[in-house]
Amino acid sequence: MSERPLLAVRGLTKRYGERTGCVDVGFDLWPGEVIGVVGESGSGKTTILHCLSGRTAATAGSATFVQRDGTVVDLLRMPEAARRRLARTDWAMVQQNPRDGLRMSVTAGANVGEPLMALGARHYGEIRGRALDWLGQVEIPLDRIDDLPATFSGGMQQRLQIARSLVTRPRMVFMDEPTGGLDVSVQARLLDLLRGLVADLGLAAIVVTHDLAVTRLLAHRLLVMRGGEIVESGLTDQILDDPQHPYSQLLVSSVLPP
Amino acid sequence: MYVAVKGGEQAIEAAHRLLAQERRGDPAVPELSLAQIEEQLALLVDRVMAEGSLHDRELAALAIKQARGDLLEAVFLLRAYRTTLPRFGASEPIDTGSMTIRRRISATFKDLPGGQILGPTFDYTHRLLDFDLAAGADAELAGAGEPTSAPDDGEASMPRVVDLLDREGLIEAEEPDDESDPVPDLTRAPLRFPADRAARLQNLARGDEGFLLSLGYSTQRGYGRNHPFAGEIRLGDVDVELVPEELGFAVTIAAIGVTECHLVNQFRGSATAPAQFTRGYGLAFGEAERKAMVMALVDRALRGRELGETPASPAQDEEFVLYHSDNVEASGFVQHLKLPHYVDFQSELVLVRNLRAGTEPAP
Amino acid sequence: MSAYNFAYLDEQTKRMIRRAILKAIAIPGYQVPFGSREMPLSYGWGTGGVQVTASVIGPDDVLKVIDQGADDTTNAVSIRHFFARTTGVRTTTRTDEATLIQTRHRIPETPLCAGQIMVFQVPIPEPLRWLEPRETETRTMHALEEYGVMHVRLYEDITQHGRVATAYDYPVRVNGRYIMRPSPIPKFDNPKLDRSPALLLFGAGREKRIYAVPPWTPVKSLDFDDHPFTIERWEEACALCGSRESFLDEVIVDDKGGRIFVCSDTDYCGRRREHLA
Repeated sequence: MSERPLLAVRGLTKRYGERTGCVDVGFDLWPGEVIGVVGESGSGKTTILHCLSGRTAATAGSATFVQRDGTVVDLLRMPEAARRRLARTDWAMVQQNPRDGLRMSVTAGANVGEPLMALGARHYGEIRGRALDWLGQVEIPLDRIDDLPATFSGGMQQRLQIARSLVTRPRMVFMDEPTGGLDVSVQARLLDLLRGLVADLGLAAIVVTHDLAVTRLLAHRLLVMRGGEIVESGLTDQILDDPQHPYSQLLVSSVLPP
Repeated sequence: MYVAVKGGEQAIEAAHRLLAQERRGDPAVPELSLAQIEEQLALLVDRVMAEGSLHDRELAALAIKQARGDLLEAVFLLRAYRTTLPRFGASEPIDTGSMTIRRRISATFKDLPGGQILGPTFDYTHRLLDFDLAAGADAELAGAGEPTSAPDDGEASMPRVVDLLDREGLIEAEEPDDESDPVPDLTRAPLRFPADRAARLQNLARGDEGFLLSLGYSTQRGYGRNHPFAGEIRLGDVDVELVPEELGFAVTIAAIGVTECHLVNQFRGSATAPAQFTRGYGLAFGEAERKAMVMALVDRALRGRELGETPASPAQDEEFVLYHSDNVEASGFVQHLKLPHYVDFQSELVLVRNLRAGTEPAP
Repeated sequence: MSAYNFAYLDEQTKRMIRRAILKAIAIPGYQVPFGSREMPLSYGWGTGGVQVTASVIGPDDVLKVIDQGADDTTNAVSIRHFFARTTGVRTTTRTDEATLIQTRHRIPETPLCAGQIMVFQVPIPEPLRWLEPRETETRTMHALEEYGVMHVRLYEDITQHGRVATAYDYPVRVNGRYIMRPSPIPKFDNPKLDRSPALLLFGAGREKRIYAVPPWTPVKSLDFDDHPFTIERWEEACALCGSRESFLDEVIVDDKGGRIFVCSDTDYCGRRREHLA
């Protein structure tokens, strides 16, 4: 087990003019650990993901990340070229809308194979083999490998996106409402799948969601966000069973019993 | 025994001779003079100058004659000639505020200082074919009655509508240019994206009127609606001034006719910024109202990005509009399909035959 | 034509184009934007190639112009005449005599030598255009070497057809870095690009890009290890000279669809026939 966290975020702040995205956010993410970030819309949870993934520039703060070779980089200050390269090899993003994370005009097999090809894979048979393997892992019928994603249901598209993002064995995954937009039974299956994959692959993950049930199943620790700030953090079970901050209490109590 | 086809050279020469014959047409019919084209097909000349990016009525008339009336061929001829001309420098920006007005209208106010001057317009004609014209009655019509003359002093009495709105702060201010920034020149350097407004307006000024007309029309029908009003359209003559280095002051080198259109578009405002109308701008050589108007519509649509609008329709897509507005490029590439492509076709034939036979070639 | 400068373009313009060419040579396979001029030929008909040729041609050059491999096709004739009139330079149909060759859609069968310049006419320079219509995005992809999508294209072909279905303008990797479109030459000609002794220049007039492959540069056609790049082959030989090595044109000779095959490269075929006679 490593001595230092995989990702250490300190003082992460994003302002849009006078509006605040997030303020002074700090946390550590250890290998194999899943952190849930919860709050209502506008709480700043998605802003954190956008800053860490480079989609938007942070106003202040640091996010030090330990690369595979042990060297440390600050994600918020990396040049774009280096960050895009790291994004291909070390981390992955699962978008809320799978259409945003897939190439809709190419087949399922090509979607899963592309990250491998981007890293230099040059054996068609092997690429296709790994794609088949991953389709199996995310429970997509293997005979769909040559179909276009547009012919898939929402849940299947999401599973395809997950396969595409994990095929290069990243060490860290960002997930933005991974089950949003799916109906309840489909959600449950997907969460089960995610939990299994995260455990098998030893992934570190940051899961942004407004749905506490998702965090109960996936996350080891929780950050509760409100108005751009972390109001409470701790073990998932502790916070869900015994929330301390009044806002956390409000959140937890407003969840309908299953 | 098959003999390889030869004689391409002679075929081309014969084709050129035939073309010259067809251009002249029936020798019994009087030959068109350049003066006739300049005078009596003036709007065609204006359009060729605009899309040819060269103001010279006589050369445009020659191009039209040489091209047998094919507008795009004429534009091509003029552009190719322009390439060879030496460049003296850039003129001062023309002052359309000091225009000698021949026509000036506004749809935003019933009346305004200087009045609504109809000028020579098709607008209120009834589109009935005039067979008197066919019988050569034009000479008589020319003399019939005195046309109302426009006021001869343009400056004090014809303020621009947008300037009036600007004074009240009702319309967004036009950003003054940073004098040290060179004006881009699309005829010298390639267009880069994202394009700034100067480059976009240049591209639109040379752009195909038909293409821009369709795009402008599409915005009115909902593909990127921006609620346009015709703030002002004015046409007339302006002086072109140049500051020669040796003199250090401006000299007037020409007077040219231009048409200018200011559109007043969808207002926008926020909690911090008060509501203001937005602008679209069009300018063209000669009497080219339609061109100036569609240019202004598309200009406004393309400004969506800087005005915080989400580009969702073709007219708002900068790369789509600016790459495909040049009719000389478009015509060339479309028509290049007529060139021999039999080698590539042969490659494809080989491939398709192999696919159908299911054969894998030996590497 | 005496009113025009040598090779039609003014010296300033030629200098601008030569600067673009030098930059292109310094970065093999990279597309350099340039201020393409309106030429007396239509866009799409070789204005890029003509501007490159006009910028490098000198009074001592010997010029060959081919289209589809033949000197006598209409556009080759037209372009050769253009240069004859504007430069007075000697023209030839013999590949081995030419110092400068402008071509559309073929590389000659006769191997090129050091000191020769080959100018290709390019319609669409951007290899990523099939997936991404936006210039802003493709520029970034080239800069960051994000070329995964090119192999996605090959993957899809193999999935659908069992093999790569690109027959011409087959994408290549230049000097191990930039991916480039070699212009619509048949893939048969791609191997001739690899470590050619000649300087290869590519001009796209309408799209306003110039790129280059300096002499002796490795050029590799994209493929998979288990689906290697292959070239076209015919069962027939050339009906005129008997060659089994060259690219063949199919010619329909009667109403019933009867056909024969003849060399596309008219110079190569003609010389073989001279030797056989």
